[in-house]
Amino acid sequence: MARPALLPTIAEMAPRIERGALTAEALTTSCLDAIAANSQLNAFITVLADSALAQARAADREIAEGRYRGPLHGIPISIKDLIDLKGIPTTAASRVRIGHVASKDSPVVAHLREAGAVFVGKTNLHEFAFGVTNEDSAFGPARNPHDPDRSPGGSSGGSAAAIVAGMCAASIGTDTGGSIRIPASACGIVGLKPQRGDLSCAGVVPLSPTLDHVGPMTRSVRDARLLFDVMRGAPPSAPQPMFATRLGLPRRYFLDRLDGEVRRLFDATVLRLCDAGCVIEDVDIPHADDITPVYLHVSLAEAARYHAPALEARPEEYTQPVRLRLELGRYVLAEDYLRALHGRRVLRTEVDAALAGRDGLVLPTLPIPAPPLGAASVPVESGTEPVRSALLRLTQLFNLTGHPSISIPCGTTRDGLPCGCQLVGPHGHTLRLLDLAEWLEPHITAPSGREGR
Amino acid sequence: MELDDWLKAARADAERRGLADLQPMLDTLVRATRALRRADWNDDPTGRTSSPAASGPGRGPS
Repeated sequence: MARPALLPTIAEMAPRIERGALTAEALTTSCLDAIAANSQLNAFITVLADSALAQARAADREIAEGRYRGPLHGIPISIKDLIDLKGIPTTAASRVRIGHVASKDSPVVAHLREAGAVFVGKTNLHEFAFGVTNEDSAFGPARNPHDPDRSPGGSSGGSAAAIVAGMCAASIGTDTGGSIRIPASACGIVGLKPQRGDLSCAGVVPLSPTLDHVGPMTRSVRDARLLFDVMRGAPPSAPQPMFATRLGLPRRYFLDRLDGEVRRLFDATVLRLCDAGCVIEDVDIPHADDITPVYLHVSLAEAARYHAPALEARPEEYTQPVRLRLELGRYVLAEDYLRALHGRRVLRTEVDAALAGRDGLVLPTLPIPAPPLGAASVPVESGTEPVRSALLRLTQLFNLTGHPSISIPCGTTRDGLPCGCQLVGPHGHTLRLLDLAEWLEPHITAPSGREGR
Repeated sequence: MELDDWLKAARADAERRGLADLQPMLDTLVRATRALRRADWNDDPTGRTSSPAASGPGRGPS
């Protein structure tokens, strides 16, 4: 089994880099060594060793000359291979994209480059981000560092695996139904899906354009804020202190079917939050049972619209499972797509109502720990559930509604697999969600031995 | 199009295009579509029912 070897957080490393106690070159070399030593995880599609070292040396020179740009200066990060990095192929983990080279940086990458970040490579993903296990990739599956026979989650699975194995300090992922938060939970890191519209999706291969989000994947909430601020081109935001915290807990539907270990860890997390002074109240999303049908019709139809030309011209270049899901979207009728858009507005109103007068919602990120690679279904409670359906079940709502949400590790199962706790913030308040998450992070992240009672 | 007719046509089209593996996925989709069409927030053009959810503040112009 690979041994997870997390780097310190960016917030811990940045001051050392600024004062010259740690060089960007040494840090980048450490990441490149970790990439080479953990090749079995298949976390990267493209490794940018030479250019990363050149960027790192340039950062060290600038810092030595007193031109420190800020906390990402000299920090090695990776980019999901769905996002354009100038001069580098954006493969989307698909043979369909062979020959593509990005002509310019996507806006989020341009902001990171301006901040002095070092790009160590492009990470593996589920083909075209259209899946949640990372198994269907033209470059082979990425693997979970906690158990390489298991999925790291997806679609940003390579990004999460790379952070856990010390191959980078952070990564940039995308999230259309949970693709940042799912691998964050499955691998034990922090994953932020900002409010829809906070970060530009230009220069990102679309999946379902009205559901797509870009966001940071990091070791800590503080690091997620550092990246979020840079990616949106804003000055650093200061965490605001929180004193009294009211959270809504949507039990029906969201807690109905959970793996026993996930339930134990989540229940213990809620107790710790109560011990910390949070007021936690039950809330309801009255039409939660409609989430999956609504999500399915929006996501399938939008993905099919984008891929139709390639499905007709070069269908054999898709992996078969992804090709079939894309083809399925071509059968969605216009009236049902529009009906789903209407249902989406209903769900948005209901999430807003659940959040009214509260700082956030709290719920598990996933109903199960990381599933075994190759599994079609997983046991949940007394039955079984298709893996795809289980992994999307608790995250996809917030892509439909656009609310900001974040996954924070809340302990590990008795088999050593991480689980995540999801916080959801009010519409338009990603920074407030980050305040909340940073305030609660020490209580959510269980101290060893206090993961369950 | 009514769903039974839609499913029949979709199955025939998938078969013709050599996408036999699509059949079980079409069955899943049709179940989801039935659920979508049954949802109580759908508009009722007869005006005989009114869903509070469907008339909430998030609703677009009708």
